[in-house]
Amino acid sequence: MTENRKLRIGFIPLADAAALIVAVDRGFAREEGLDVELVREVSWSNVRDKLNIGMFDAAHLLAPVAIASNMGIGHVHVPIIAPFNLGLNGNAITVTSALYEALRGHAEGDMADPKVTAKALAKIVLERRQKGLPLLKFGMTFPFSTHNYQLRFWMASAGVDPDEDVQMVVLPPPFMVESIKNGHVDAFCVGAPWNSVAVELGIAHILHFVSEILQRAAEKVLAMRVTWAAENRDALHALVRAHKKAADFIENEVNRDEVSRILSAPDRLNVAPEITRRTLDGRLKVSPGGDYRESDRYLMVGRRGAARPDRVQASWLYAQMVRWGQAPLAKELLLAARETFRPDIYDQVLGAGDLPPEQEPKDGIGAFDGPEFDPLDLEKHLSGWSIRRR
Amino acid sequence: MISLASQVFSESNLKIVIVDDSPVRSAILEEGLREAGHRHVIRVEGTDNLLERIYAIDPDVILIDLANPSRDVLEQMFRVSRAVKRPIAMFVDQSDSASIAAAVDAGVSSYIVDGLKKDRIKHILDISISRFNAFSRISTELEQTKSALEERKVIDRAKGILMKRKSLSEEEAYTLLRAAAQNEKKKIAEIAQSIITAAELLK
Repeated sequence: MTENRKLRIGFIPLADAAALIVAVDRGFAREEGLDVELVREVSWSNVRDKLNIGMFDAAHLLAPVAIASNMGIGHVHVPIIAPFNLGLNGNAITVTSALYEALRGHAEGDMADPKVTAKALAKIVLERRQKGLPLLKFGMTFPFSTHNYQLRFWMASAGVDPDEDVQMVVLPPPFMVESIKNGHVDAFCVGAPWNSVAVELGIAHILHFVSEILQRAAEKVLAMRVTWAAENRDALHALVRAHKKAADFIENEVNRDEVSRILSAPDRLNVAPEITRRTLDGRLKVSPGGDYRESDRYLMVGRRGAARPDRVQASWLYAQMVRWGQAPLAKELLLAARETFRPDIYDQVLGAGDLPPEQEPKDGIGAFDGPEFDPLDLEKHLSGWSIRRR
Repeated sequence: MISLASQVFSESNLKIVIVDDSPVRSAILEEGLREAGHRHVIRVEGTDNLLERIYAIDPDVILIDLANPSRDVLEQMFRVSRAVKRPIAMFVDQSDSASIAAAVDAGVSSYIVDGLKKDRIKHILDISISRFNAFSRISTELEQTKSALEERKVIDRAKGILMKRKSLSEEEAYTLLRAAAQNEKKKIAEIAQSIITAAELLK
């Protein structure tokens, strides 16, 4: 290769942009003949729009935004593909200390069990209604986001209707902590490092890792326009290879300190390296008092087949859009949702395989509530829920 | 004539909200819109209860700067939600990707009440683009003026050092600086800065 191919890629400063940031800053992209300029953005709307109009060649994007864009739901119809999954899980639900105490007061069982906390929430919601208190407010990052669906899935399991019994509000991640501090919201669901930042300030508790709600949920993807992919096949393949190298590098514990340092840089996440380190280790301080919770599922960047786009997860995300009234149920839309994820490109570039190991949940999702997910029969999946918009 | 007059009347009736944390820029935009005959222009700042404040105004058009993270908050208004009186759509004319690109380039994004005819607000978007561009031109010029002033100060200090240490006239000191800059293919201000640094070190 004579001259490096120049690319502009947008990202939001979050720990789940790790594979992209490490691919660029650790030199894996350069090894593949790519000269990548990373552009830090302040909103998902900006990332989406700049990707759509071609100001970005590729982007770190919410998986549901990529799917919605490809289906033409909620915004404009721009065909988008995701040949690499930047991460599974990685979000957490954080509540104010006051709500945490109330939940604990009502909990019948282990507070780490989402069934227990959802039931406790249902009781609090009822009490508040009887007392004429305002609805509890839950912050999440975007209408088309796993955060939105994870919160809804959790509370609806105990009969709390996310559109009637609480108020769901969109908040940009950097405003989450401030919003819980000034009482604007009672809880939020967001990716790292913001949950840890709130706990560190002594004003909130991490209630759940989202991996306790769903064991495998596609979180952010590496997204690009279909037309770009068709016209830039070599660059696309080089990008996928560089990301795979980066994901493997991140998952090797020997490299944790270096990865934390790379991610924490001022022009990347701009947080203390130890906070990034906690995220990568999946060992988070969950209470101001200093309790820790650990999970090997907290944020999975490449391990256990996390990097290979899984169409089961695309189906699940589309099912949530239907359940909550964001999209109609239609065969063509299900097809478009599934085809956003491109495991075929991943396999073509990296060789077939890289499937989740056997001990992973059989249905590819592993939800804490409800029957196994059937990615091809959404009608059945949806009819199983009493709280839904359709 | 009657139809034109009524059109002008109805357009000046559009309620426009500007969400921008730069008060100077939003003032420039508001002025532009008022000059074009829009009387209902409301500027909104800050993040607290942003959505509630916008609902209370019930605008026809929302203009927001792209550097504002609150843009994602507005996306909630697309959704069919009980809280929304009138759903909002992004101003996107898919046939006109050049105008979207121009808006993104200028750093402004616009949302309109669903159902509002796109051609009725095209000129609002055009005004936003040109005012945003004007603002960034002014900011760049201001920055340039500022740094030119800074450079002037640095060069004056370096000249002073040279005059004192080498007993030169002001003109000779400047000539020396310029010659060094040419030799090293650097800016005079850079050479001046290194003289100041060296002088500090050798104190």
